[in-house]
Amino acid sequence: MKIVILWTDAMVFLLLAVALFGAWRIRQRPHLILPWQRVAQNRLGMISLLILSSFFVIGVLDSLHYRIGLSTQNKTQTVYSPEVLSAFDALSSGLRSRTEKTYSAPLATHLYAKESIDLGDGKTFRDYPRLVYGGAHLLNPKGDWLADVSQKAGQGALAGALVVMVLVGLIAGFIGKKSRWAVIIAALILAMVIGAVVNLSHSYHVFGTDKVGQDVLYLALKSIRTGLVIGTVTTLVMLPFALFFGIAAGYFRGWVDDIIQYVYTVLSSIPSVLLIAASVLMMQVVIETHAAWFATAAERADVRLLSLCVILGVTSWTGLCRLLRGETLKLREMEYIQAAQSFGVSSFKILTRHLLPNLMHIVLISVVMEFSALVLAEAVLSYVGVGVDPSTISFGTLINAARMEMGREPMVWWTLAAAFSFMLLLVLSANLFADAVRDAFDPRMNRS
Amino acid sequence: MIAYLIRRLLYALPILIGVNLLTFALFFVVNTPDDMARIQLGIKRVTPEAIEKWKVQRGYDKPLFVNEKASGTEKITDTIFWQKSVYMFAFDFGYSDDGRSIGREIATRMWPSLAIALPTFFVGLLLYVSFALLMTLFRATALDVIGVMFCVVLMSISSLFYIIGGQFMASKLWHWVPISGYASGVEGFKFMLLPVLIGVIGGIGASSRWYRTIFLEEMNKDYVRTARAKGLSELRVLFSHVLKNAMIPILTGVVVVIPLLFMGSLLTESFFGIPGLGSYTIDAINAQDFSVVRAMVFLGSLLYIVGLILTDLSYTVVDPRVRLQ
Repeated sequence: MKIVILWTDAMVFLLLAVALFGAWRIRQRPHLILPWQRVAQNRLGMISLLILSSFFVIGVLDSLHYRIGLSTQNKTQTVYSPEVLSAFDALSSGLRSRTEKTYSAPLATHLYAKESIDLGDGKTFRDYPRLVYGGAHLLNPKGDWLADVSQKAGQGALAGALVVMVLVGLIAGFIGKKSRWAVIIAALILAMVIGAVVNLSHSYHVFGTDKVGQDVLYLALKSIRTGLVIGTVTTLVMLPFALFFGIAAGYFRGWVDDIIQYVYTVLSSIPSVLLIAASVLMMQVVIETHAAWFATAAERADVRLLSLCVILGVTSWTGLCRLLRGETLKLREMEYIQAAQSFGVSSFKILTRHLLPNLMHIVLISVVMEFSALVLAEAVLSYVGVGVDPSTISFGTLINAARMEMGREPMVWWTLAAAFSFMLLLVLSANLFADAVRDAFDPRMNRS
Repeated sequence: MIAYLIRRLLYALPILIGVNLLTFALFFVVNTPDDMARIQLGIKRVTPEAIEKWKVQRGYDKPLFVNEKASGTEKITDTIFWQKSVYMFAFDFGYSDDGRSIGREIATRMWPSLAIALPTFFVGLLLYVSFALLMTLFRATALDVIGVMFCVVLMSISSLFYIIGGQFMASKLWHWVPISGYASGVEGFKFMLLPVLIGVIGGIGASSRWYRTIFLEEMNKDYVRTARAKGLSELRVLFSHVLKNAMIPILTGVVVVIPLLFMGSLLTESFFGIPGLGSYTIDAINAQDFSVVRAMVFLGSLLYIVGLILTDLSYTVVDPRVRLQ
């Protein structure tokens, strides 16, 4: 086994480290904990955080990549499989390998369309063939199906509930008093659903299978990482630009301000989809003409994902930059900055020690607000053809592949339904959490 | 006023030049024309002659900035930069890969785009503002909370879902309107209905919530208290005071996009098969037709700048205190 660290993996871990470091710093400073305690009191916000963190766990597991060593005669040199797997793939290996022939409905025991079945004595008749894996253990699918499904779902839900009971004891301290019970109940429901789905997924395809028989649940879960990477890594790319240029323009004014304003007016005057499309088209040409740079297809797809994040970051820093410039212009006239200036504190120190901490709430609010917009944008861009690599599993590529299936007879609705509902869950909880953060950090909110 | 306009137009020029240089750098400096030719003609089976032919056909065989072979002014004019970028300022966009004049295509395709985008914009604006006013009227009640939740849920749904779901419902379940297509004149009405409806519904969440925030911010101001103290009814306060004063922030966000309506919407047009500029762009992206994409980038930023100027002008209409000098 060889551990592979893709570019986006490195970015994800860097972000994780930054977040943990930030949390540690905040824990030491009571005035920084205060707004987070207000977030902890927000019921909807905490429930969303719960759902978001389960998405994040899947995303992080899916970022631990490795390649399996293939057994060869030659002992001196190990050859690695060209396929890059992740820890999440290893956990859900059943889901990945149990592929059917083609479409099958959620929890079905038979394929969705009739086929000619050979009876052995030369005669054939047309019927729905049994699935290779879905409900294969049932002897009499018609009679036993309902009992079996409900039994398996029940068992899973019970196991999930038991696990969450233990976990609740561990995390209850972090939840604010006002939101505690709501969060515990939400965690219980979430764990029961997850437990039921996990238990069912061992013997059924919970969200059906797609055109080539892949389990849709697996595809939807794999899409989560792509969405999270786009939502978070883009921010990581955007922040240095926005912070540096925004503060510099606001603090130094004069010609520095003029140049920075000119640059961001130029960038923001191009409609963002077109600028992204133009940049991605050019990036595609670079990647295709330099095929030798990449050892595996996964690495190439990953560089494309990263370049999409960079492009989205470079095209979207202007909004935050403008906000930061305005706020800096306001703050630099405040007494405490003038006091620091008259004491002869260097500009760099004023910027980092006095201005930056007072801008952080704006940065935080716009970062969490931007996240959901980016997840939604990925789907649209992939549809337009300037999104992620077609081989990368994402909500956009899933929807793009499935959008013609609604016209089939009988209708194939489950791929779209799974992609859209996972996306809705992710984006909705991100939006609600963003609202909670904004309410807690915005100084303009009047709190009684 | 005239002097102001002239000054604004002159100020727009460096921005357009910046956009132009940026797109030029993106399309010709990041990748050489040879790279582009290789991608277009297929990487494996491509001969140097084919690349040369491809470049000559598109005029990419010239040097980037300075042509040493030419004489006089042609030293600068007979280059890729001059012919592809500088000519754009004269609205000469050149030819697309299938040999048609891009300028001509834009002129014919902007009308279908406008036919969809304009009704969507105005119906949407009316609906969003009235919905936001309603939420403001019932602020801090259960109705407001439900309204805001409704908005958050709607804005969390992918725009692709609205289109795919809307097409499915209208065509399969109800047999209302044709699923896609376009016709001009009165006949076109039935084709327009669904895209406009879906466009309007898709924007409810984000826009209504935004307008609600604007109205609520106005509600906290002193003049509202004065108006109430005078004994005006809540409805009167909302419509004749708050709405008027909220016009400035609303116009700031709204007028900018009016010129961009010409560009149409990429998603709506490609799903509904409307022969507008949006579907033109998406086809160009899929066919990797770089000259069309470059033309659209230039046109888009030009329209955006026009929108900024219009925004300033619109302030003078709604707020007599604003004087443009």
